Amino acid sequence: MSDTLEQAIGQAQHRSTFARIANLQVFWVFIAAVLACLALSVMTDAFATERNLFNVSRNFAFVAIIAIGMTTVIASGGIDLSVGSTVVLSAMVISVLMEGGYPFWFSAVAALGVALLVGLINGVLIAYAGMPAFVITLGMLSAARSAAMVLSNNKMIWEFGPDHDLLLWIGGGSTFGLPHPLYVLVVLTVVMSVVYRWTRWGQYVFAIGSNEEAATLTGIAVKPIKVSIYMFSAFTAGLTGILMAGWLGSVTTNLGTAMELTVIAAAVIGGANLNGGEGTALGAVVGALLIEVIRNSLILLGISTFWQGMFIGTFIVIAVSFDRIRHARS
Amino acid sequence: MSRLKLSGVSKSFGAIQALDNVSLQLGPGEVIGLMGDNGAGKSTLVKIIAGNYRPTTGEIRIDDKRVEFHKPIDAQREGIEIVYQDLALCDHFTAASNVFLGREPMKRFGPFGAIDYEEMRTTSAKLFARLKSETRPRDVVRRMSGGQRQAVAIARTLLSDAKIVLLDEPTAAISVRQVAEVLDLIRNLRDHGISVILISHRMPDVFAVSDVIAVLRRGQLVASKKAAESSPEEVTGLITGAIEYA
Repeated sequence: MSDTLEQAIGQAQHRSTFARIANLQVFWVFIAAVLACLALSVMTDAFATERNLFNVSRNFAFVAIIAIGMTTVIASGGIDLSVGSTVVLSAMVISVLMEGGYPFWFSAVAALGVALLVGLINGVLIAYAGMPAFVITLGMLSAARSAAMVLSNNKMIWEFGPDHDLLLWIGGGSTFGLPHPLYVLVVLTVVMSVVYRWTRWGQYVFAIGSNEEAATLTGIAVKPIKVSIYMFSAFTAGLTGILMAGWLGSVTTNLGTAMELTVIAAAVIGGANLNGGEGTALGAVVGALLIEVIRNSLILLGISTFWQGMFIGTFIVIAVSFDRIRHARS
Repeated sequence: MSRLKLSGVSKSFGAIQALDNVSLQLGPGEVIGLMGDNGAGKSTLVKIIAGNYRPTTGEIRIDDKRVEFHKPIDAQREGIEIVYQDLALCDHFTAASNVFLGREPMKRFGPFGAIDYEEMRTTSAKLFARLKSETRPRDVVRRMSGGQRQAVAIARTLLSDAKIVLLDEPTAAISVRQVAEVLDLIRNLRDHGISVILISHRMPDVFAVSDVIAVLRRGQLVASKKAAESSPEEVTGLITGAIEYA
């Protein structure tokens, strides 16, 4: 009797490695992205060119970096609508400082500092004042962009002082044929995949999203962790702001407008559960990749970019319904 | 020796007297069924024992030592663990991760630490074996039966070497077969020398496992007697007030 009990307890799930992978949303999204890429390579001459692939990989990196921050927020059961505005605020801080003659590193640290401050304000109001994340970050969406306008007096900035070339190289340059934002993305993906799985902080992010009350009852410091989550999200947005400033070579207060929606779409397509408790760094990256491939393919196939929203919207609905079907089956 | 002893515990919230001079004793490995209608003071009593509230007057002794709880963590340090009605589990996590939630073991790699999943799996497998519950550490809690979820919640209390476990309505809203499973879990705790306070509305469940039945009515303890010497009819009378005192 006791033997059979221990056998039953010791039993792993009756599922092969392939069955486990096939159950992951990110796997199917990745397959969709690969199929789209293959189809495009056959259908158009322009897709599989070095120049186009370089552009695709750089463009999707910006969204993917923030999507990792967003996935963290969503996995904890929250939402951050202020990332697009944090991008422009960070970009504007670094631009204004560099235009004023400050060196790149000082300005970059200041820009990240301002971004972290935005996250801190979001996090404190959400965790300690107990206000809904949607409302707080919606307010911040408005406030942060306004701050960027005040800071720049709504002017375009394209002179970045003595370190002008360095900024353009960091955001828009490449090493070994790969654009720099892609390196940042790869490092962030690897680091966060490890953090989610192997650190207490990572586990607690998901625990808070899965059952916040349980997390509190087991003695997890829910409030400070929530603050850190919004600060991390704002950090990814601030980092992207710096990279985009260098890539574009000029910064206007329109930068990052409506970017939060693309980022949330990428996170959700990649398997982040808006009810909290689920999401992966790799999923965020693959979700962002799929969106960029769709965008790129429409341009290459000569289809009006007005159709872009239709395709992305369809994919969001497919991704979420896939999740439903998967849960209903198990 | 008594594991837990409450003497003259009262609690008032402003003009409302939630508990009035309650004295109660619980031995090691004893199961006490705490009954009472809604608003009789069960939750208040539980919250006092769990350290959520401080009694207005009266004292609590554990192993004949006087204790004062200012926060739930103080009660936990004295070996009191609570299994909540809604179980306080993370549905997306595995059984092992839930057992260890908030106290994950870490493996060290030089300056870095990583959660030790192997340790979590083997230890929780041992705990489930102790509870004689067929619960697999790697399974996700979302896909578990009510009985297995209770096993996970109870395994948490074993992990911390609890002396006293409070179960708040553990058999509400689960199937009949699972109720039997949960009652077995309670007997298992008792057999390991752990004292159990079972709060429940379900008369048959309380009589099935309790050594002592305590009944609260309007903040007063109207009965505290051996289950063998009482009957469901008597307890019903005590709860409603048809029987004044026993």
